[in-house]
Amino acid sequence: MAGKKPNVSKEELLEYYREMLLIRRFEEKAGQLYGMGLIGGFCHLYIGQEAVVVGLEANAKEGDERITSYRDHGHMLACGMDPKGVMAELTGREGGYSRGKGGSMHMFSKEKEFYGGNGIVGAQVPIGAGLAFANKYRGNDNVSFTYFGDGAANQGQVYETFNMAALWKLPVVFVIENNHYAMGTAQERSTSTPAIYTRGEAFEIPGEAVDGMDVLAVRDAGAKAVAHCRAGKGPYILEMNTYRYRGHSMSDPAKYRTREEVQKVKEEHDAIDHVREMLLTGKHASEDDLKAIDKEIKAIVSEAAQFATDSPEPDVSELWTDVYA
Amino acid sequence: MAIQILMPALSPTMEEGTLAKWLVKEGDTVSSGDIIAEIETDKATMEFEAADEGVIGKLLVAEGTEGVKVNDPIAVLLEDGEDASAADSAPAAPAPATETPEAVAAAPVAVTVPDDPELPEGTTFKSMTVREALREAMSEEMRASDDVFLMGEEVAQYQGAYKISQGMLDEFGERRVIDTPITEHGFTGLAVGAAFAGLRPVVEFMTFNFALQAIDHIINSAAKTLYMSGGQMNCPIVFRGANGAAARVAAQHSHDFAAMYAQVPGLKVVMPYSAADAKGLLKSAIRDPNPVVFLENEILYGRSFDVPEIEDFTVPIGKAKIWREGSDVTIVSFGIGMQYALEAADRLAGEGISAEVVDLRSLRPMDTETVIRSVQKTNRCVTVEEGFPVGSIGNHISAVLMEQAFDYLDAPVINCTGKDVPMPYAANLEKLALVTTDEVIAAVKSVTYR
Ligand SMILES: Cc1ncc(C[n+]2csc(CCOP(=O)(O)OP(=O)(O)O)c2C)c(N)n1
Ligand SMILES: [Mg+2]
Repeated sequence: MAGKKPNVSKEELLEYYREMLLIRRFEEKAGQLYGMGLIGGFCHLYIGQEAVVVGLEANAKEGDERITSYRDHGHMLACGMDPKGVMAELTGREGGYSRGKGGSMHMFSKEKEFYGGNGIVGAQVPIGAGLAFANKYRGNDNVSFTYFGDGAANQGQVYETFNMAALWKLPVVFVIENNHYAMGTAQERSTSTPAIYTRGEAFEIPGEAVDGMDVLAVRDAGAKAVAHCRAGKGPYILEMNTYRYRGHSMSDPAKYRTREEVQKVKEEHDAIDHVREMLLTGKHASEDDLKAIDKEIKAIVSEAAQFATDSPEPDVSELWTDVYA
Repeated sequence: MAIQILMPALSPTMEEGTLAKWLVKEGDTVSSGDIIAEIETDKATMEFEAADEGVIGKLLVAEGTEGVKVNDPIAVLLEDGEDASAADSAPAAPAPATETPEAVAAAPVAVTVPDDPELPEGTTFKSMTVREALREAMSEEMRASDDVFLMGEEVAQYQGAYKISQGMLDEFGERRVIDTPITEHGFTGLAVGAAFAGLRPVVEFMTFNFALQAIDHIINSAAKTLYMSGGQMNCPIVFRGANGAAARVAAQHSHDFAAMYAQVPGLKVVMPYSAADAKGLLKSAIRDPNPVVFLENEILYGRSFDVPEIEDFTVPIGKAKIWREGSDVTIVSFGIGMQYALEAADRLAGEGISAEVVDLRSLRPMDTETVIRSVQKTNRCVTVEEGFPVGSIGNHISAVLMEQAFDYLDAPVINCTGKDVPMPYAANLEKLALVTTDEVIAAVKSVTYR
C-alpha cells in the first residue's frame, strides 16, 4: 500500500468500514450470547477475516450467488441479509432465516442468493460450481462466489470440481480463505504445497494470492476475477491470506498458537484498523465521525440481539414441516 | 447497576466446569474482551472474557471450585463509581430465555453396573469416563502390537477433537499417532490399503457425519473385499468416532448411523454404552480380523462408569448384556439409548412395572438370542434408539421376534426412535426430535396394557 494512492472514493471506504465493523461487532455479540447459553451447538466466529467478504461483495451484482462453510455469519451480513434474522437463527428462534431449524452453520437466503451455511468441510465447493453451471446453462453473466478454507482445500472433491469447472468454463470464483489453520492444524502440517492458488494450474485455472487483510486489495483482485468469469473465460482462484482471531469454534481453547502470534496480527494487520487509518489520514472522516459510526453499528447489533432474544421459539409443528417440498 | 457474571457455557455439551483460575481480583477494572478467568470444561481449559465493562465487585466462586453449573453467578461486576455494597443486590445478567442446550439430553441416570457373571470373583473396579476407557483400550493395544496405529483429524498434536487420544502422541510418537489432512475419503482408503497389507489401523472420524465422505471405502473396499477375494484378503481395521446427536449441532452433525452400517455384510458394528464396554469392545475390535465400525457418542464421553480392573479386559463382539432383570417387559436398547431405557425402567419400577433392560452392545453380529430369551420370559418388548424409525434396529428386532418368538408375544413390539426428520437446531424442536424417556414409559404402558 505504502506510497501508492489507493483508488477508492470516500464513500466506498466508509461503506467498507461500516460493513466490516458490523461483522466484527455482530460476532462479538454472538460470542457473548453463546457464553450465556442463548446460542448453542457449534458457533464459528469470523472475527479477523472481515475484509475478505466485504472486498469481494464490492464486486457482486444482482443475481450473483455465494456459498460458504459453517463460518458464515460474515458472508450473510456482507451480502445484505438482515442482522436480526441472522442473530435469531443463531438463537434458534422463529425469526431466524431458517426459522430456527438450521442454526449458526446452516442459514440460507434465496432472496440474497446465499446458499449456506454448509457443515461438511469442502461440500460447498462442487455445489458452488453447480450454481455457476446454472448460470452458464441459462446464458446469463452471473458469477458464483464459492468460499472455502485452507483445510477444505485438501478435500478431493475440490479437485474434481476444479476439473469440471475448467472443462466446462463455469463462471465461478473459488475464494480460498486461508486463515492458516484448520481447527488446530497449522496449514504447513496438512499440505505438501502451501500455495493453494497454484493448485488450479493443472487445470489451467488462473490463480492469485491476495492480502486478505486489505479490503482494497481484495476488492481489486475480485474485480479481475469477476471480469474473467463474466467474460465467459471460466473459473478463477483467489487465495486470501487472512487470519481468524478467535478459536476455531466457541469451544476451541486454541492452544496450537501463541497469544503473541494472534496479538501481532491484531496489532499490525487488522483490516478494520487499516481502513480506519486511511479514513483518518486521508481526512475522509474525523474521530467523531467514526465514533458516530461505531454507535450506529452498536445499535444495529443490540437491536439484533434483542430481536433474537425476544423472538419466540419455533412452533412445535415446525418439527414436521420442510422435510419435503 | 451491578450485574452478575454467570458461569459460561463453553462447549456444546458443557453442563458444569471448574473455575480453574481468576485472572482478576476484586476492585480490578475490566473492559469488554479482557480475559477474566480460566475455566476447565469437560474437554479443555478455556479463557473466559468479560462481556461488559466495569469493576469487579465480588468474586462469588473461589478459584479451584469444581462442578460450577453453567449460568450460576460467579462474580459481580459494578459500574464505575458504584460501591461494593451494590454487589449484594445485583440482579442476574439476562438469563437465557430457553433452557441451555445441555438440558436437552436426559439427566444422567445413576448407573450401577450389574454384576457380570463372567468376571472372576473378587474383581475390583475403577471409575473412569468413557473417554478414558477408549483411550486405555487403544493405548493397551498399541503397546501390545506395533501393527496398531491411530490415524485421523486432530488426533495427535491437538490431542483429539474430543480428547480421546490425549497424551497418545507423547507416548507413541508421530509414526503411530498420525494427524491427517481433512480428506476423509483419501485417508480412509489409505488405511484400508494399510490393513490389506497387514497393519491394524484405527481410523478416528472426528464424528461419523464426516465418514459419509468415506463411506465408499468403508463399504465397498473394507467390507466386501474378503468375500470378493474368495477369502484371501481380510481387512483388520477399526473405524471409530462420535455418532449421533450431541447437543444443538443441527442436521449435518447429528446423524445416527447405527442402523445403516448394521445393514452391511462384512462389517461388524458395535455401539457401547458404558465405559467398561467401550474399553472391552474396542480392544476386541482392534484384534478382530474384520472391519469394525465402532460407534461412540459425544454426550457419553464424559460419563463415568465402573470398569473392571482386570489385566487385558475384553468384551466379546456379538454379545448383549442384561443390565437389569425384570419380568413384565423387555426394553432393548444400545448406546445412548440405554440412558432412556434405564431411566424408564427406574421410573416404571416405582409404578410397579418390572422391566428387563437388554443392552445389545453389538449391532452386527447381533445377539438376538438374549433378546428372545428375555421376551420368552416377559412376553413384551419395547426397543429404544435415537436413530430414524424407518429401517431401524428396532424394526429388525421386531421382525426377529415375530419370526422366532411370535407365540411368546402378548403385545405388538413398539419401536421408540428419533423422529423421522433431519435434526432441527432450535432447542425445543431438538428435544422433540430425540427419543424421550416419557415415550419409552408410554410404550411400556401400552404393551403391558396399563
Ligand atoms: C468432512 C468434514 N470433516 C471434518 C469436519 C470437522 N471440521 C469442521 S471445520 C474443520 C476445519 C476446517 O478448516 P478450514 O477449511 O481451514 O476452515 P476454517 O475453519 O479455518 O474457516 C474441521 C476439521 C467437518 N465439518 N466436515
Ligand atoms: Mg482455515
